[in-house]
This record gives sequence, C-alpha cells and structure tokens, in this order.
Amino acid sequence: MKVVVCVKQIPDPADPGALDPETRTLKRDVKLILDESDSYGVEMGLQLVDNAGGGEVTLVSMAPNNEQSGLRTALAMGAASATLISDTELIGSDALTTAKVLAAAIKDQEPDLVIAGSESSDGYTGTVPEMIAAVLDLPSVTAAKSIEVGGDAIQVQRQTDAGYDVVDCPLPAVISVTAGVVEPRYPSFKGIMAAKSKPLDEKSSADLGFAADAVGWAGSGQEIVDVAEAPQREAGEVIEDDGEAHLKIVEFLENLKVI
Amino acid sequence: MIDTLREFVDRDVLPNVAEFELVDAYPEAMVDQLRAFGLFGATIGEGHGGLGLDASTYARVIEELSRGWMSLAGVINSHLICAQLIERFGTDEQRAAWLPSMASGELRGCFSLSEPDSGSDAAALRCRAKKDGDELVINGTKMWVTNGERAGIVALLARTSDDAISCFLVDKQPGPEGDGGISISRHIDKLGYRGLETVEMSYADHRLSADSLLGGEEGLGQGFRWALSALELGRINVAARGVGVAQAAFDAAMAYAQERETFGRPIAQHQAIGFKLAEMATKLHAARLMVTDAARRVDAGERADVEAGMAKLFASETAAELALESMRIHGGNGFTTEYPVERLYRDAPLMIIGEGTSEIQKMVISRALLARAKE
Ligand SMILES: Cc1cc2nc3c(=O)[nH]c(=O)nc-3n(C[C@H](O)[C@H](O)[C@H](O)COP(=O)(O)OP(=O)(O)OC[C@H]3O[C@@H](n4cnc5c(N)ncnc54)[C@H](O)[C@@H]3O)c2cc1C
Ligand SMILES: Cc1cc2nc3c(=O)[nH]c(=O)nc-3n(C[C@H](O)[C@H](O)[C@H](O)COP(=O)(O)OP(=O)(O)OC[C@H]3O[C@@H](n4cnc5c(N)ncnc54)[C@H](O)[C@@H]3O)c2cc1C
Repeated sequence: MKVVVCVKQIPDPADPGALDPETRTLKRDVKLILDESDSYGVEMGLQLVDNAGGGEVTLVSMAPNNEQSGLRTALAMGAASATLISDTELIGSDALTTAKVLAAAIKDQEPDLVIAGSESSDGYTGTVPEMIAAVLDLPSVTAAKSIEVGGDAIQVQRQTDAGYDVVDCPLPAVISVTAGVVEPRYPSFKGIMAAKSKPLDEKSSADLGFAADAVGWAGSGQEIVDVAEAPQREAGEVIEDDGEAHLKIVEFLENLKVI
Repeated sequence: MIDTLREFVDRDVLPNVAEFELVDAYPEAMVDQLRAFGLFGATIGEGHGGLGLDASTYARVIEELSRGWMSLAGVINSHLICAQLIERFGTDEQRAAWLPSMASGELRGCFSLSEPDSGSDAAALRCRAKKDGDELVINGTKMWVTNGERAGIVALLARTSDDAISCFLVDKQPGPEGDGGISISRHIDKLGYRGLETVEMSYADHRLSADSLLGGEEGLGQGFRWALSALELGRINVAARGVGVAQAAFDAAMAYAQERETFGRPIAQHQAIGFKLAEMATKLHAARLMVTDAARRVDAGERADVEAGMAKLFASETAAELALESMRIHGGNGFTTEYPVERLYRDAPLMIIGEGTSEIQKMVISRALLARAKE
C-alpha cells in the first residue's frame, strides 16, 4: 500500500514569530518544524502500511527556504522518502495554489491513498485537502478518526458533532485526519540516524510544470485585505458560593446545552 | 536524539513519575518506550543491532533520562554493562547468541557482582562455581541485583578457585519465580531508585553448561578484571545521572525561587537564596563539564580511569548537595510529596554509593594518580 502524507512545516507555535506588516502573512524566516497536526497523518499512514504488511509512506511538503527539518522528523518516524517543493516563485501562494502544487507532486507518485491534516496549526483554513482532491479528481473524506482498508476501498469513521459517520470510499482517495485520533510515535534513535540519509527529492514549481505567473503572489486568486487582532477573551463569570453556587453552575451549563 | 528524549521526559515521564515512584510500581509503558527508542542497544555495536552510541552521546542520553527519573537510567545501566562484557570479552558464539536480542530489548540483562558481605571489597566475593563433568554448579547468594527479576541473562561473577574469579553468562527465565536452582530470595525495599527492582538472588546447586563461561576457556580467572573494566561505562552512567538529577534539582529551585514570595518579594531576590542559586549553577556546570570531558577521553581512546572516577565522585556529590539545597529553597513544600524535590533527595544518595562509593572513588583516583606519577 502506497500512502502519500502531506506535511506542512510551520514556525514553532511556542515561538511563532510575527506577521509581515506588508504582505500580512506569517514571517517564515525562522526554523520550521513539523506541524503537530500532521504528525497524526504520518502516524495513521505508518499504521496503515504496517497493517497492510507492505508498501510505504512518502511525504510531500511545500515550504519556503528549502526547509527540511519537519520532513526529517517525519522520516525519522518511519516514512520512506520525501518530496519538498520550494522556490522563491512560490512566495505568496494562497491555499488553492498550494493545493495545485501539492497535487502535481502527488500525482507523479500514483498513491493508493493521500492523507492530510484536517487543518494546519498556522494557516488553519482547513481547505487544502479537499482542494487537492478536487484537482486530482479523487474522492475525499474529511475529519477521519479511523481508516480501515479492505481491498480497493476504505471504510472511514468520520467525526461529527454527534459522534461519527461510517463512510465507504473507493481508492485512491484523499482523506483528512483529525488531530489527536492516534498517538504519534516518537522516532526511534535508529530512525533518527537513518532519516539523515533517506531520499529527499527537492523540486521547484517549474519542475512540476508551473509557469512563474501561475503561482506565488501573481497566481493567487485570494488577497489578504486586512489582518485584525483576535478579540481578547472576555472575563469569565465568577459565581460566589453562598450555598447555592452549585445550582447556578448547573443552570449555566444547562443554558450552554452542555448538560 | 536528545531533543526527542527531552520531549519524552517532559511529556511522558515528569507528569507520571510520582504515580509509579511512591508506590514502587514498575513503569512498564516508559520502559516500552525506551525499548522503542532502541536504548537497550544504546552502546551495543551496530553490527549486533545496537545503536553503537559513543560515550559522549550515551552520557547525554543518561543525563536527560535522569532529569526525568533516575530509575530509567538504572533500567538500562546494568543491562548495558552485561552487554558490554559480552561484546568486549565474549566468544563470537556468545556475541551472536546474546547481543541481537539484548540490543532490541527483547532480552534483558543484569550485572551481579555484589554480595551481602562483599561490596566495596568485591574481590572478597564467595559465590562459587564448581566443575562437575561438562557442567558447572553454582552456589552462593548475590545481593543488590538491579533488574535481576526481569533479566533473562545475568553476568554473574563467581569464584572458580580460591584465587580466581570468573564471569558467567547465566541464562534464566525472567520472572519472580527464579529458574532451576536460582531463586529471587528477596525484593529490596529502597529509599529511592524505586520503580525498578533490586533483588537478592540465591543459587542452590544451579547447573550451567560449560559454554556459559564468558570468553570460553580463556575467560577462566579473568572475570574480576573484566568486570572492573566494564564498570567504567557504569561510572560514566552514574556521573551522567548525577548531572541529570542535579539539573532537575536546580530547575525546580529556579522556578520556585522566582514564584514564592516572602517579605514582599520573590525569594530569589533575597541574597541568601540568589547566592545559593549561583553556587548550584556553578557546581552543576562543573559536573557537566567533567562528565563531558571523561566521556570525550573514552571516545578518543585515551586513558580515562582518573577522569571517569573524578566525574563520578564530583557529579554524584553535586547531585546530593543540590537536592538538599533545592529542598531548602522549597521550604516546607520541599518536604512534601507534592513537589518533586523530595524524590530527588531520596534518589541522589544512591549515586554516592553505587558503582563504587565516594570513598572507594577517592582510593581509586589517588592510586591512579600515584601510579601515573611513577610512570
Ligand atoms: C494571498 C495569500 C498569500 C499567501 N502567502 C503565503 C506565503 O508567502 N507563504 C506561506 O507560507 N503562506 C502563505 N499564505 C498562506 C498559505 O496559502 C496557506 O497557509 C497554505 O495554503 C495552506 O493553508 P492552510 O495552512 O490553511 O492549510 P489547511 O487547509 O488548514 O491544511 C490542512 C492540511 O493540508 C496540508 N497542507 C497544507 N499546506 C501544506 C503545505 N504547504 N505542504 C504540505 N501540506 C500542506 C497539511 O496536511 C495540512 O494539515 C498566503 C495566503 C494567501 C491568501
Ligand atoms: C540500589 C542499589 C543497587 C545496586 N545495584 C547493583 C547491581 O546491579 N549489581 C551489583 O553488583 N551491585 C549493585 N549494588 C551494590 C553496590 O555496588 C554496593 O552497595 C557498593 O559497592 C557498596 O558496597 P557495600 O554496600 O557492601 O558497602 P561497604 O563496602 O560495606 O561499605 C560501607 C562503607 O565503608 C566504606 N569503605 C569500605 N571500604 C573502605 C576502604 N577501604 N576505605 C575507606 N572506606 C571504605 C564505604 O565507602 C562505605 O562508606 C547496588 C547497590 C544499591 C544500593
């Protein structure tokens, strides 16, 4: 079973850096790491390949500055190889362009299954996986909490507000995986050592057949017109205990319909 | 590698230690993760399926584990001393038979030198191996066998004649029942270093095949010398543990000193406490440099007996001192199980006793210095 996992490399959320006031995008000149949201996809892919008793997980990532450290982390976990798309033409690419570029890199690999995170930790649009599916004309299931393979199809448990749906889907397909549904393994030390020499194929947008004006700022259909501070969280309600506090708390929770 | 371990320690070890430590429960899941990391093969050669880490990297691994919980460093220490004896002094057959499964952690090893009446004076050991036809018969009592219950192989030091000690590779079923003439005669209840087992093991007419002698026929009478040389790795391990425990004590003290306020300011702003922090940081730094230097010498193939001994002596004493200083800084809270310092305070003394007490360390260092002076 051949699984391609999309991994985004992002600034460390513990030290995210700043927005560029001119472009209104996140500055990405710091060291980038594997987005934790994608460590679940990597783990899911590795488990599927283990269960299938053969095959491999390969990675694709589009990132600035030829960043590799996040890919090396995922390689150390057990992925076999990686494709990195990076060049200056890509600066300013919006989500759709990102999806087109990733789709072009994925297509070459003819995978049985493509896995992505449900949403990245930084950009957070939650749109890239479905757009990849649309570009590749593949079926797509979002918010997967488990994937079971049976022959040419998979059965996906898809998280919903009320529980989960069970969705049958033919292969190949693009599945986005919800954060937290599997426990990402720590890389083994052998894995860390081996990751340094695993194949990492670097490609430019031109290698994938994109003209310079089809990607980056020029190719983006979207424009970021404004960036605003997230509103401060409002102070919570303090309930003083005069002997009746528990009733007020119950009422409060009932109003929220959480109990 | 060290980054990955740091993440493991912060995420999986520190929040859970107390749960296992206070009730002396074996941290099965943490040990499984050590196995998954490949750490049971940390210093075993890559040709035998290990990681082949050099002493410098190994020391950093042990330091990081000990920052979380010293017992985790103990789980792999005597296993690796046993593996090192096999790798350096065993026959090709012995290496092939034991090392790959030890490297994967499927087979666990332990090291059994000490006895009830022989610790510092290890050469006074009384356990005996007598030849009986093609076999050997072992009789005696061994004390302080860390990992003894879960081990499937014991590097056992026993007397093969009045003036010769040899090392045997004793194959046994892991588990509390013992095996053949071996019994786990006592579980030792310890002040610290809890969670992993340290046991007394008795041998009553336990029979071994002739090929259990480490190094084959040529190994007869070599065991003691070999064991002392393998303990050099143990000394680096214990010294690195000292640095890890001292770091944990210092980290806790720093955090607490900035948080806790008395007389209208954080206690770190009182000079008496600030100076304590300065002294702690200085000693910690010195201990770390000594361990780094000793490990570097080992890696360069230089003589390191004096330096490894000094590092072990200084780092273990520093850990004990910093644990107590950190407890002082924590005031009454330091004396409770709510805070991790009391565990560090209970764990630290082991390092001034195990793998040669501080007194013995000074004997070894001074003898080696005098010998070097004569050269
Ligand atoms: C006009 C415009 C300009 C922009 N300029 C830049 C820029 O210069 N530099 C920049 O970094 N961002 C830029 N962005 C943001 C960027 O387009 C998005 O961050 C990116 O497309 C991914 O969207 P997301 O993070 O919301 O992904 P989501 O849809 O939230 O991500 C879901 C999953 O898709 C996969 N995925 C997403 N992105 C990637 C990737 N790059 N590689 C591999 N897998 C991925 C991952 O598996 C991820 O978990 C710009 C956006 C706009 C609108
Ligand atoms: C928790 C734990 C785990 C252990 N694990 C193992 C293990 O896995 N395998 C193993 O083989 N052993 C193990 N040991 C044993 C350990 O190595 C010994 O306890 C240690 O070497 C000290 O020996 P002893 O306890 O017999 O003390 P003793 O030798 O009786 O020493 C008592 C005191 O006398 C001092 N002393 C002794 N001789 C001299 C001298 N000549 N000059 C000055 N002072 C002297 C010592 O420094 C000490 O202060 C373990 C011990 C502990 C506590």
